[in-house]
Amino acid sequence: MRHISVEPPPFFHRGPSPLARLAFFGLLSLALLFADTRYRYLESVRHAVAVVLYPVQRAVQLPAEVLAQVTSYFSSQAALAEDNAALRQQLLSEAPVVQGYQLLLQENARLRALLNVEKRFQGATTAAEVLYSGRDPFTQKLFVDKGESAGVQPGQAVIDEVGVVGQVTRVFPYMAEVTLLTDKDHAVPVKVERSGVRSVMYGAGSGRLPELRFLSPNVEIQAGDKLLTSGIDGTYPSGLAVAQVVSVERETGQIFARVTCKPLAGVEKSPHLLILGRAAAPPQRPEEPAESDTPRKGRGRHRG
Amino acid sequence: MPHLPSFAPARPEEILLPVKPWFVMLTLILGLIGNLIPVSGVTLRLQPDFLALVLLYWCIQEPRLISVGMAWCLGLLMDVADATVFGQHALAYAVLAYAAEYSRRRVLRFPLWQQAAQVAVLLLFCAALVLLVRVVGGAPIPRWTYAVGPLVGALLWPVVTTLLQWPQRPRRSQAEV
Repeated sequence: MRHISVEPPPFFHRGPSPLARLAFFGLLSLALLFADTRYRYLESVRHAVAVVLYPVQRAVQLPAEVLAQVTSYFSSQAALAEDNAALRQQLLSEAPVVQGYQLLLQENARLRALLNVEKRFQGATTAAEVLYSGRDPFTQKLFVDKGESAGVQPGQAVIDEVGVVGQVTRVFPYMAEVTLLTDKDHAVPVKVERSGVRSVMYGAGSGRLPELRFLSPNVEIQAGDKLLTSGIDGTYPSGLAVAQVVSVERETGQIFARVTCKPLAGVEKSPHLLILGRAAAPPQRPEEPAESDTPRKGRGRHRG
Repeated sequence: MPHLPSFAPARPEEILLPVKPWFVMLTLILGLIGNLIPVSGVTLRLQPDFLALVLLYWCIQEPRLISVGMAWCLGLLMDVADATVFGQHALAYAVLAYAAEYSRRRVLRFPLWQQAAQVAVLLLFCAALVLLVRVVGGAPIPRWTYAVGPLVGALLWPVVTTLLQWPQRPRRSQAEV
């Protein structure tokens, strides 16, 4: 050993032995693991610790923010002008669509009022920035910089400029946790844009593409089809772009077709996200007959 | 006028000064910050667990200051920061701290690069424990890239050691220089 030992001889009191301490804390961890996975008792503790952690998390963001500000300060005028021109062009090219959309929106609102149907969205949308992505390789999660203080609630859908990114699953005072489409426990009800076939897209974990399960081999779906949210779960508003079908394998001998799809949104890339207001609450689910109370596997805890 | 020591690992015959508790806390917070750096993709796979690395260093060098209890508390912080199951990192760090305390006398006898090899084993063990907890909880088994982070951490061991022991190295007086 390099330094002179300042430890007293072992006959002085030094507290419990390391092994005893390990046993104590090990058992405590196991109790926590059990309490958290089985009963979710500890959300309030998690909130308290999250508040303590928040300054550290913000401190990590600071250098990147300063760098972004400095670079934007020094970005050349020519580049800005070019950018501006391109954006104007894009605005102009999208103007007819937008104007048409306004008309459709009004028409839709009138029709819905006539039919007495509730509005699609409730509450405002919130723009948020990604703070960091969780380091846990077993789940696919992000943290964004808007939380309870900005009115974010668990269950809200999160999108980027192309499509659905995921869903808010936990809300802390100043930040929120977003579970991504690709998370293993995440399921999104979707429909195929072309044929209207309904299904549920299940995430498959990091590095693997999500898939549609339990589709019979003769179902009307092909590679390249676009999947939209179907809106039947009451969590995701209907009609948001979700993914594109990459491959459809129909093997004889298999009961179900194997359909993999690729999320359209930059699920792990987009730095700016939009948290949508809650979809209107669906009507109460009718009572089920008593014999079908078997637990449904895989329908996910994130149904909001 | 005391001279600052050169920036290199301490020689075996050098006697280190006692460490200041605030310095230990500061480095642990820096380790936590290192874990929270927003990265994605390949960098995320390469990113070692900085907090575990710093913790391991202090458990090996100063077992009377930092041991199982402190490791467990830091593990809880990481559980919240990573949104993992409560107790997952806490358990892993507590076991890591115990393993460090158990093997510190052996580890310290070796030169830095051979220490790094032993640290690799400890960090892989810590990662394997997390894996065990998750697989019992129903997660799929990740690919081999899961082991890259701990190995990168072990490669960083000489750097971390040099950095963290630098303030403890004795200031040499003018006469010695």
